[in-house]
Amino acid sequence: MIAVAAGTNRIDPYLIPALDGVAYGLLVFVAASGLVFCFGVANILNLAHGTLYAIGGYTAAALLDGGWASLALALTVGVLAAAAAGVLLAGLLTPIATGNHLTQALLTFGVALAGGSLLVAGFGPDDPQVRVPAALDGSVAVAGHRYAAYRLVFIVVAALIAAALYLVVRRTRAGMLVRAAVGDPEMVACLGVSPARIRAGVLAAAGALAGAAGVLGAPIIGPGTDTADTVLLLSLVVVVLGGLGSMAGTLLAALAIGEIQTLGVALLPSAAPFLLFAAMAAVLAVRARGLAARWRTT
Amino acid sequence: MRDEVIRWARAAVAVLVLAGLVVAPWVVDDYTTAILARTLALALVGVSVALLTGVAGMPTLGQTAPYAAGAYASAVLGSRISDVGVVQVAVAAGAGAVLAALTVPLVVHARGVIILMITLAIGELVVTVLGRWRSVTGGTDGLAGIPAVRPFWGLPALATDQARYLYTLVVVATLVGAVLLLLRTRAGLLLRAGRDDETRLRASGHRVPLQVSGAHVAAGAIAGAAGSLLVVAQQYISPADFGFDTSALLLLGVVIGGTASVGGALVGAALVIAARDWLFGVLPGQAPLVLGALFVATVYLLPSGVTRARGRLRPVTVPPTHQDAPAAREHATVPELRP
Repeated sequence: MIAVAAGTNRIDPYLIPALDGVAYGLLVFVAASGLVFCFGVANILNLAHGTLYAIGGYTAAALLDGGWASLALALTVGVLAAAAAGVLLAGLLTPIATGNHLTQALLTFGVALAGGSLLVAGFGPDDPQVRVPAALDGSVAVAGHRYAAYRLVFIVVAALIAAALYLVVRRTRAGMLVRAAVGDPEMVACLGVSPARIRAGVLAAAGALAGAAGVLGAPIIGPGTDTADTVLLLSLVVVVLGGLGSMAGTLLAALAIGEIQTLGVALLPSAAPFLLFAAMAAVLAVRARGLAARWRTT
Repeated sequence: MRDEVIRWARAAVAVLVLAGLVVAPWVVDDYTTAILARTLALALVGVSVALLTGVAGMPTLGQTAPYAAGAYASAVLGSRISDVGVVQVAVAAGAGAVLAALTVPLVVHARGVIILMITLAIGELVVTVLGRWRSVTGGTDGLAGIPAVRPFWGLPALATDQARYLYTLVVVATLVGAVLLLLRTRAGLLLRAGRDDETRLRASGHRVPLQVSGAHVAAGAIAGAAGSLLVVAQQYISPADFGFDTSALLLLGVVIGGTASVGGALVGAALVIAARDWLFGVLPGQAPLVLGALFVATVYLLPSGVTRARGRLRPVTVPPTHQDAPAAREHATVPELRP
C-alpha cells in the first residue's frame, strides 16, 4: 500500500500497458488452453493450432459490422468452423499411430500450410480491418486514463471463459474423462471410451477454444498472414512455461507472457526483442529439474 | 554378399552424385547454379537436423536458430571485418555452437515431442529477435550488400555464381565428410546407444546428458557453418530465410531420408527444398497450398521413413521384426559399447 501511495506517479504511465497485458494474457490463455488440451489429453503436437485461431479471426473480420447480432453470429460461425477444422484434423491424424509425434507434427504442419494458404485465398492477402460493436468502440476512463472499452469487456469475457473452462474440466463428466485421459489413457480405453472419440472431441474442443479466441481477440491479435505463426508461438511458449499439469500453470504463464509483451516492452524498450526468450530461458532454467521429471513421465 | 553389393552400389551412387554436382555449374544456367548453392547450404542444415533427430534421438524443429546465428554472424563479419571464407565459416560455426550451447539447458532434460516443441519455440523466438534487433540484423529488411567472399587469404574474391557454388560445394563436402567420420568413432556409437537405450547406457556409467549436449552443440556448429554458406550463395539474408516453414521442410526432408542417415538427409532435404523452390516458381499463388498437400501426402506415403522417425525409441539398424523384442536389440548393441 505504501508503495502504491508513494509511487502513484511512477506507476501511472505503466497502468495502461499492464492492463493491456492482462487482456493479451487472457487472450493467449484461451488460445493456448486448446493446445494444452490437444497435447495433454490427445498427445498430439498440433502445429495447425494457430491456423484454427486465424479461422476465428478471419470470420470476425468478415462478419462483424458494428452490431451485437453480428458479434454473436461471428462467434457462432467462428467457433463452429474452427471446431469443424479440428475434427477434420483428427480425421487426418487417425491413420497415424498414436505416439508418432514426428509424423503428427509434419502432418499438422502440412495442414497449417495449406489452411493458411486457403485463408489467404479466401480473404485476400491484406490484413483485414475488424469492426467491434459500436457500443464498445469508444474508450472509458480507468484511473484517470482513457482505455479501449472493448479490451476492458474482453478481459471480463475471457475471465468468464477461463472460469467456465475450469468448471467444465473439474465438475463435468466430460472434464473427468479429459483428466482421466491425461492420467491413464489405457485405463480410459479399458473403461469403454474410444480413444478415437476422445481425440476427435479434444481436437474439436481445442478448435472451438481457438476459434472463440480468434473471434473475440481479433481486435487485439488481428487476422493476417502471420497471425497463425504468432499465436502458435505464444501458445507453445505458454505450454513450455506452464507445463501440462494444471490450468493455473497455463493461466499464470499466459498472463506472464501478456505482461512481458506489453508492460515489459514499455519498461525496457531496448531489450524488448529478447524478453520473451529470456523469460522462457529463466523459467526453464529454474524449474529444469521439476520439468524434467514431469516431461519424463509424459 | 548382398550387403557388399549394396555398399558398392551406394558408393557408386555417391560418387556419381558428387561428380554431377561438380560439373553442374557448367551445365545449367547461372540462376539455377545460385539456387543449387543455396540448396546445398540448406541440405547441410538438414544433416545437422538428422544428427539430432535420427542419431541423437532429439527431434528438432529449431535448427534454423543456429543456422540464423551463423548466417548473421557471417554477414556482419563479412561486411565489417573480414572477407576471408575460412574465417567466416569458422566464426559462423562458432556462433551456431554458442547459440546451441546457450539453449542446451532448455533441451537436455526433455525428450521426444517436448524437444520438438521447445526447439520450435527457440527457432521462432530467434526469428522474432532477428526481425526486431534492427541495429545489427537490419530488421525484417535483412542485410544486403555483403562483400564477395574470398575462400582463403590471398585468393581472389568469388565473383561468379559458379565460383560461389563450387566454394559452397567444397565446404559442404568437407563438413559432411567430417560428420561421417565422427559418427564412425566411439562418440557416434555412444550417441546411437543413448538414443536406443538411455537407461542402460546410464547404468553402465555413461553420461548421456553430456553426450546429448555435445551432439546439440556440434549440430549447432554445423548449422552455423551452413548459415555462412547461405550468405555466400544468396548474398542477402533476411529473417524470412529462417522461418518455421524452413525448419519443418528440413525435418520432412530428413524423415524422407530415413532420419538417421546423413546421406539420406542430404538427399531428402535437397529434394524437399528443390520441390519448394520449383513450386514457388511455377505456382506463385498456390505454392503453400500444394506444398501443404504434398506434406500430408508424403506423411501417408512414407511408411519406411515414418517408422524410423520415432525420436529416441528405435534403432535404425535393427530390422522391423525386432521392433518389439528389446532383449534381442540390447544383445546386438551393448557388447560393442564396453570400453
